[in-house]
Parts: sequence; C-alpha cells; structure tokens
Amino acid sequence: MDRNRLLPLVHLWASFLTFLPAIGLGVWQMLMRSPLPTPIDDPNVYYASVTAHGSIMAYVFPTLFAMGFGYAIANSSRGGVLSGRMLAWIGFYVLIAGTVMALVPVALGCSSVLYTFYPTLVGSPWYYLGVVLVILGSFFWIAVMVINMRAWKRDNPGQMVPLALFGITACALLWGWTALGAASEILFQILPVAFGWRHTIDAGLARTLFSLTLHAIVYFWLFPAYIAYYTLMPQAAGGRLYSDTMGRIAFILFLVFSLPVGLHHLFMDPEHGSGFKFVQAMLTFMVVLPTLLTIFTITASLEIAGRLRGGKGLFGWIRALPWDEPMVLAVALSLLLLGPGGFGGLINMSFAMNAMIHNTSWVTAHFHLIFGGAVVIMYFAIAYELWPRLTRRPLISKPIACRQLWLWFWGILIVTVPWHIAGLMGQPRRYAIFDYSDPSEARMAPLVIISAAGGFILFFSVLLFFFVLVRSNLAPRSEVMPPVRYSLAINPPPTVLPLLNGLGFWNLILFALLLISYGYPIGQFFFLRGQDSPGYSLTRELSR
Amino acid sequence: MASSNGNDNLSGLIEEATVEGTERRWFYVMAAMLGVMLAIIVLTGATQMLHPMSDVETIDAKTLHLRGEFVESNLGVSTRPDGSVVVRMIAEQYMFVPQCVVVPASTLVHFRLTSADVTHGFFVEETNTNAMVVPGFITDVRAKFRNTGDLKMPCDEFCGYGHHGMAARVVVVRKDEFMNVSPGERGICGPQ
Repeated sequence: MDRNRLLPLVHLWASFLTFLPAIGLGVWQMLMRSPLPTPIDDPNVYYASVTAHGSIMAYVFPTLFAMGFGYAIANSSRGGVLSGRMLAWIGFYVLIAGTVMALVPVALGCSSVLYTFYPTLVGSPWYYLGVVLVILGSFFWIAVMVINMRAWKRDNPGQMVPLALFGITACALLWGWTALGAASEILFQILPVAFGWRHTIDAGLARTLFSLTLHAIVYFWLFPAYIAYYTLMPQAAGGRLYSDTMGRIAFILFLVFSLPVGLHHLFMDPEHGSGFKFVQAMLTFMVVLPTLLTIFTITASLEIAGRLRGGKGLFGWIRALPWDEPMVLAVALSLLLLGPGGFGGLINMSFAMNAMIHNTSWVTAHFHLIFGGAVVIMYFAIAYELWPRLTRRPLISKPIACRQLWLWFWGILIVTVPWHIAGLMGQPRRYAIFDYSDPSEARMAPLVIISAAGGFILFFSVLLFFFVLVRSNLAPRSEVMPPVRYSLAINPPPTVLPLLNGLGFWNLILFALLLISYGYPIGQFFFLRGQDSPGYSLTRELSR
Repeated sequence: MASSNGNDNLSGLIEEATVEGTERRWFYVMAAMLGVMLAIIVLTGATQMLHPMSDVETIDAKTLHLRGEFVESNLGVSTRPDGSVVVRMIAEQYMFVPQCVVVPASTLVHFRLTSADVTHGFFVEETNTNAMVVPGFITDVRAKFRNTGDLKMPCDEFCGYGHHGMAARVVVVRKDEFMNVSPGERGICGPQ
C-alpha cells in the first residue's frame, strides 16, 4: 500500500477506535444520571468514566482525526507527495503512548479529576504526563503541516495555496497556540504538586491558563468540519464553491480570534475583574462572525449545485440537491445543528446572562450539540469521502451511510434538547446521581430519561458507521478510484494575495491580541499575594 | 469528488462582482446583528448593574480557620448598617458551612464565600446567583430575592467523589419575619 495513504488511514482508524469506547462510556453515564436502573451503579466509577470520556473526546479523538485529515489533504494537494513522514509517525506513536499513559490511571480510579482537571484537585501525575504527551505528539503534526504548505508554495510559485491545505495548516497552528495554555498549566503548576515537589498551587492562575485552551480547542474541533464545508461539499453536490476568498477569511478569523476569548469561561470566577471579562466578551462576538459568514457562502454554494441540477424557483433548488450523497446530507444536518448550538453559545458568552446557565446541564448540552452534533457528523462525512481514496475500495452502501447520519442527527437532538431544558431548570452539571425523590429534581426525571434514550440512538448510529467503514475496507480493490478532488470556486482568485496565502502575519496579529487580552489577566497573578493553596487528592490534602 | 456531473467548466458562472457584493451585504447585516446584541449587553450592564463579579480579593486558604474574615464565629448571616445582609460561608469537601442560612426577601444580600480545599461553585436554584468558589480567592456576589421560599444551593463545580452530595439551603423569608429571627438562628435556620 502507498505509504502516504497508510499514514492518514491509520490516524483515522485510531481516532475512531478511541471514539467507540468513549461513546459507550457516554451512554452509560447518561443511564447513571437517570432514574433508570444502571449496571455498575457506583458514583466513583461515574467520575472516572467522565474523565476518560472527556479526555478522549476532547484531546485524543479530534486531534487524531485532524492529523489524519491533514495528512490526507497535504498528500493529495501535493499530488501524492508528503514531506516529513518520519516526523509524522514519531508524533503518532508519542500521541498513542500519551493516550495509554493518561487512561491507565483513570481506569484505576486514581485520577478522576475530569478532563478539565481544575486544581487544587490533583490526580495521578501519569494522567497529566499522558495529556502532555498527546499534545507533544500533535506538535509533530503541526511541523509536518507547515513543512508541506511551504513545500507546496515552493513547487507552485505564483499560485494560491489550495484552500484545503491553507485551512488545515491554519487549524494546526491554531491548535499549537491553543495547547500552550493547558500544557503550561500542567508543566509549571500541576506536575510539581502531583509529584510532590511543591505543596501549593495558584488555582486562579491555573484556571486562567486553562481558559486559554478551553475555548480555542472548540474551534480546533470545528476546523476540519469547516474545511469540508468549503472544499469537499460543493464538489460532492456537483457544483462550485461560491467564494474561495470567504473561506480564507473565515479560516484566518478563526485563527486570530479563537484564543483571546477564553476568559468568557471565567465570567463567574473571583480571580478576574469585570474589565477584562468585558474585553473578552466583546472579542467573543468577533469569533461568531466567521461562522455567520460561512453559513451564507455554504448555502450559496448549495444553491449553485441545486440550480445546476435543474432546481427552479425560490426553494426548488433544495429539493434538487443530491440528498443521497453523505457529504451533502451531513453539511445540511450539521448547519441545522449549528444554528441552535450557535445561539445557545451567544447566551453563554453574553457577560451577565451567563449567570443563568453557568455550570448547569445547559453547558454540557451546549457543547454536545455543537461538537457531538455539528462537528462529529462532519467527521463521519469526511471519513465516508476519504475512505475510498485511502483504501482504493468503493464505499459500501451510501444509503446506509445516509441513514447513519440521519440517526446521528435525531439522536443528538433527542439527547441535547431535554438536557438544555434541565439546565435551564437548574440541574447542575457533573453530578453522578440526582436525588429524584426531591420534588425539584423529580421534575427533571422525564427529561433525563429521554436524553438517555437518545444516547442509545447515538450508539447504534456509531455501530452503523463502523459497519460501513469495515465493510468498505473488506471490499475488493478497485484500481480506477479517482483521487480526492477539492471544490473549485466559481471565480478562482486571479492573483496571489499574500495576506490570504500565508499565515505568518496573522500569527503576529494573534500574538499581539493575546498580549492585549491575556497579558494583564495572567500577569496579575505574579503580583497578587497569599492565594497559593495546597493540592488535594480526591479525598484528602496531599502530604507535604 | 463523487458526482461532478460534467460541470467542469463553471468558471465565471456568477460574476465576481456579484459574489463580492452579496457577501459584503451579508457581512453588514451580520455585523449589525452582533452590534445590536453587544449594545444590549452594554446598556443593560450599565443601567441595571448587570455584570459578572468584579473585585479580586485573595485569602490564604491554609489559615482560614485561624484568622481573618472566615473564622468560625464570623460565618453565617450578619447585617450591615445600610440594611443590606452579608452571608459568609466556607465551601469544603463536601459541604457548605453553615449548611443553611435565612435571608430577607427584597433586600440586597452579599454572598461572600471562599474554599478551604478545592475549587467549588455555588448556585441558588431558580435564581441567577451562580459563581465559582476558588481556593485562595474570595467570591463576592450580590443578590436580591424577589420571592420567599426554601431554595437549594448545590455545589456546581466538580470537587471530588462526594460532589453530588454537596448542597446548602437558602431560606428566603419576608423582611419583617427576618427581623424576628434571632441573629444566632439566621445561620442555622431556626432553633435546633
């Protein structure tokens, strides 16, 4: 097998193989929270399970997916050439080693600190080291992406870098900046305490550093989905991309504005004043813009395809679209989920309004709708699109693939809509068990049960997804499989616009914005006195 | 990729000027929408004092019980000369101290909390009183309860294995009733 195709294929398989058990844990957690009878009815196991589910879903699964997608894009954009394959494999093994290292202490129950691991709660040092290795492994990928984008420019002077390659490189660089927050928190603050070299920790600084990761990581998860909106969907629908420039602008806005907004996760925190909370609330409005712009351009691209296929009238083009194409169906369903998800996000980021929903089930429901719904459904579609190119085998059964996507869509709605409502009713998040004999919690019982039922639909959908991939992998090879073709814009850019063809300048802008928005919020901790507090294991103060 | 339908020569199907014009108009509409939302936040924030917590106060979590504002005798409910009420509580694995407080309705209540161990949160049900309690810092939020009632106040940030069992109660009574509750009983919700 072509070694340049093996690399992305192994990454994508590894990504989905971590996803499968994490989904299983999620379904069990839904049952555990509900009034229904549950196997292994133990709250301590619940918190270990949430830690594993969150760590895999936040750090391992999307990272492996973005890496595999990135290698596939670099390889196909460069016509079957991929530089830095050795580096890529080293990164892969480091990441896998980190995943195992992080999950073993979680499974043993000695690191149930949840994937956000807020100090001064401190778990096993091996868990944190594992997370650092996952990040380190992914940094090899960032290097390989930058190397390949540079190589493309060298090989094709005077041309614009293809949108997909431009986007995935922006995604990699965004992840690099994003991961710095959690990595520095772990290396400089948590590990010294976890290993027993230091006794105290500044929990305010730790939360602030983590906030740098906490929001931008969401855009890192979203990025591959947006790249597919712009570069895979118009082609699959049989049309053209409405505007290539808009794709570049959206990707740049994501890179620049995803980071200096993390403080909106700390609106209800005591370690920051309302001044910088307000500054970052305003910046958060900026990061909504690329999504709103994308919705227009992608809908316009769908309309082009619909009209080319003979659709007439104001809405007739919608019916004319090829709804049996998994990529087209997934984009539409993804946008439908992104709508309510996005408006929920506007509530979360709206400064004082956050108090209404802070740390209630609304928040968990919100990110499951956005990430689990709008983003993961695109990961499925990207896999369906890439599988035939990577395996040289045709995809078995597009109808089953489409049914799988529909199941996922309804499953996500059934899981998250009641979950949002329970949050508005005041259900706190991260509870292993609720006292349903208490009248105020009994009101929420039906909602939690419906939500749990949705979890089973999602699990069934994932099994179908694996069925399609495995069956396709076992199908006979076809030698005439066309290579990945990315959508062209109706009007390809006539000249090279340096600002839309490179990311160096935008990294400088991002750095400046970070200094402005996070300089004081982080710097203040070096002048505050007396806030350092001892670390605690799950049950007691760590010994000196 | 899949079906390109032979539409390989679609360049210029729509003029670039049209593409740019429509996208620019959409940009203005979206920017205006965000502008309106931002304006609402600024206006309500300025006119109704709606904003997240503001003061940054540190405190040594190791010596809470020995000295300062959060020694045991100072916990519970107290009144200020301006008529407002102060609720002082410590959050620790897995309880709030005190476990129940009586506060008057339609009165400004300052909740002042800090943590003796790990990061906690607190949230008075059916209200917007909702904040993090981070060790080393003092959380100071203001609330005004419109209705009377016996409200649950759960911890809303994961704090360890007993997190789901950690809750206090806030009993909101009419102003005149509050005056009849002796200061000692305000911090324990009635005689025991």
